Amino acid sequence: MIPLIFFMPVLQLLVLSNAATYEIKNIKFNIVDYDQSHFSRELISKFTASNYFVLNDVSFSVENSEESFKKNQAKLIIHIPKDFEKNFRSQGLSGVQLVINAEDGSAAGIINNYALNITRDLNIDMAVESSVMPEPVPMINIDYSNWYNSELDYITYMVPGILVVLVTMIGTFLSGMNVVKEKEIGTIEQLNVSPIKKYQFITGKLMPFWFIGIGELAFGLLIGIIVFKIPMLGSPLIIFMLASVYMFVVLGMGLLISTLTNTQQQAMFIAWFFLVLFILMGGIFTPVESMPAWAQAIAYFNPVAQFNRAMRMIMLKGSGFKDVLPTLYFFIVYASVMMSLAVWRYRKTES
Amino acid sequence: MSSVIIENLSKSYGDVSAVDDISLNIDTGEIFGFIGPDGAGKTTLFRMLTSLLIPDKGKATVEGFDIVKEFKKIRSLVGYMPGRFSLYQDLTVEENLNFFASVFGTTIQENYNLIKDIYVLLEPFRKRKAGKLSGGMKQKLALCCALIHKPKILFLDEPTTGVDPVSRNEFWDMLGYLKNEGITIVVSTPYMDEANKCDRIALMQRGKILETNYLKNIIARYPGKLFAVKSDIMFILLKDLRDYKNSNSVFSFGDSLHYSDSRTDVTKDDILNYLKSKEHKNILIEEIEPNIEDCFMDLMSK
Repeated sequence: MIPLIFFMPVLQLLVLSNAATYEIKNIKFNIVDYDQSHFSRELISKFTASNYFVLNDVSFSVENSEESFKKNQAKLIIHIPKDFEKNFRSQGLSGVQLVINAEDGSAAGIINNYALNITRDLNIDMAVESSVMPEPVPMINIDYSNWYNSELDYITYMVPGILVVLVTMIGTFLSGMNVVKEKEIGTIEQLNVSPIKKYQFITGKLMPFWFIGIGELAFGLLIGIIVFKIPMLGSPLIIFMLASVYMFVVLGMGLLISTLTNTQQQAMFIAWFFLVLFILMGGIFTPVESMPAWAQAIAYFNPVAQFNRAMRMIMLKGSGFKDVLPTLYFFIVYASVMMSLAVWRYRKTES
Repeated sequence: MSSVIIENLSKSYGDVSAVDDISLNIDTGEIFGFIGPDGAGKTTLFRMLTSLLIPDKGKATVEGFDIVKEFKKIRSLVGYMPGRFSLYQDLTVEENLNFFASVFGTTIQENYNLIKDIYVLLEPFRKRKAGKLSGGMKQKLALCCALIHKPKILFLDEPTTGVDPVSRNEFWDMLGYLKNEGITIVVSTPYMDEANKCDRIALMQRGKILETNYLKNIIARYPGKLFAVKSDIMFILLKDLRDYKNSNSVFSFGDSLHYSDSRTDVTKDDILNYLKSKEHKNILIEEIEPNIEDCFMDLMSK
């Protein structure tokens, strides 16, 4: 069990942070070119020249092209209507249709973005070449820079989140399975007839997992910094201070589940239910800001979301103690509530 | 002096009453046996007396402490061995013992005298995981763990269930030794033949106590005379004996039938003649002393 506890997070960190990226490459696309003009060929070559798109099929019928959507051969159809170039040259305005397979919503959004960037490039080229710019269009030139993660590096902001998931899972599952396991194998009977106090029992149950959780976090941070070169602008001390309280939140949660259930199966089911909610709504994979208002309100009470935000703040932005103080207070209250409920629910005597 | 005083204790699970209005006393220093089939309510009763379960009605004291109000005092005075092996299977023999000693705030050395005789049998397997022990060894370890804090009273819930006959005998010898140390021992068992190892027994059935007494008194109070009967065709014999006008009860017992007659002056010839009239062949009749099972059957049928 001990090797497993340390092996799993390493694997998870290495696999997830490399695999779970938003970058999509080799998107297959179809061309339906009714125009067959210089500009249409220019458009196609812009797409094929990029790293992101691979030409799958060229046809003269939109219907035929749509077939390959159904067969899952292409994700994007570029439909160039007749007189594409002519209209552009004569009226300075022309249209292209992009049909995107949006089975996977977030992938569709990304494809859309790539395609728009490419067509915008083309737009400028075409405008220059056809010199249809009778009068300069007033434009605001936007210059932007991404602070705290200038390259928008996926791994940089993903690793802190994955570490939060890890610590949460370890805390909830290990403590959640523990007391209920004693119920299953009957050892709890022997302990219940002993004069051992409730708080002693609970402390004894939690401390090992607390150390394992903190150990895992330290281990994960080291891998993040050494292997993934994640910046650590803030103080690791503040991270561990938050984590030490956060562990009590998740351990308390697991313990509460454990005292409410009678079998490991029940405990597993309930723990999963809450973890999936917490993690998916935790702002790790999708931003909290994109959730509807009610979900954002719930996310405020989601310890995973709070810890994830604090971790990114400290590591990427270098936030200090004062910046994460509200989170710390929140954890203290949350942990106290969870632990009190768990201790209260744990009964040495049945009625 | 009484170690345990039970007054009108009841506990039910929904509609099923597991323990139904039980009252009895257990004297200090005796081996007291609760004897009854599975589902008689023995475990429920033990769990109430060891402060694991709150009774619905009635009251009880263990070593003078109320099981509901003063349960904390009881916990350091009793040793409890649940029916299911409930030690840590992934800890070694020694680790289990050390663990339970520290839970009770003591050490193995402090009470080594008490467990010495049992522990020497376990000594060779000191470093073995408890889960890898044989049934008899597990039971000895469980007993050691229940004794580690030198309890005044020991509750053993079906300690010999699933244990081989040799280990069972050994186990009862150990209980005899513990009794000499002044520990009150309350034990439950579904095996009728273990009744004669107890000082006093209580026969339990469906949550009720049928009878509490010394074994010899229970047997002495057996009504009527008892005969072991055999013939060629046993199932017809059973039917004929049940139809006999003086029949009290007939049960098959091993390879013969135990027939109890309601008359006190009946002889085996009376029965022989009756059976001959029913055309039974190779009839064997013998008057026998009732055993605990006969008494249990008799009490149950009332």
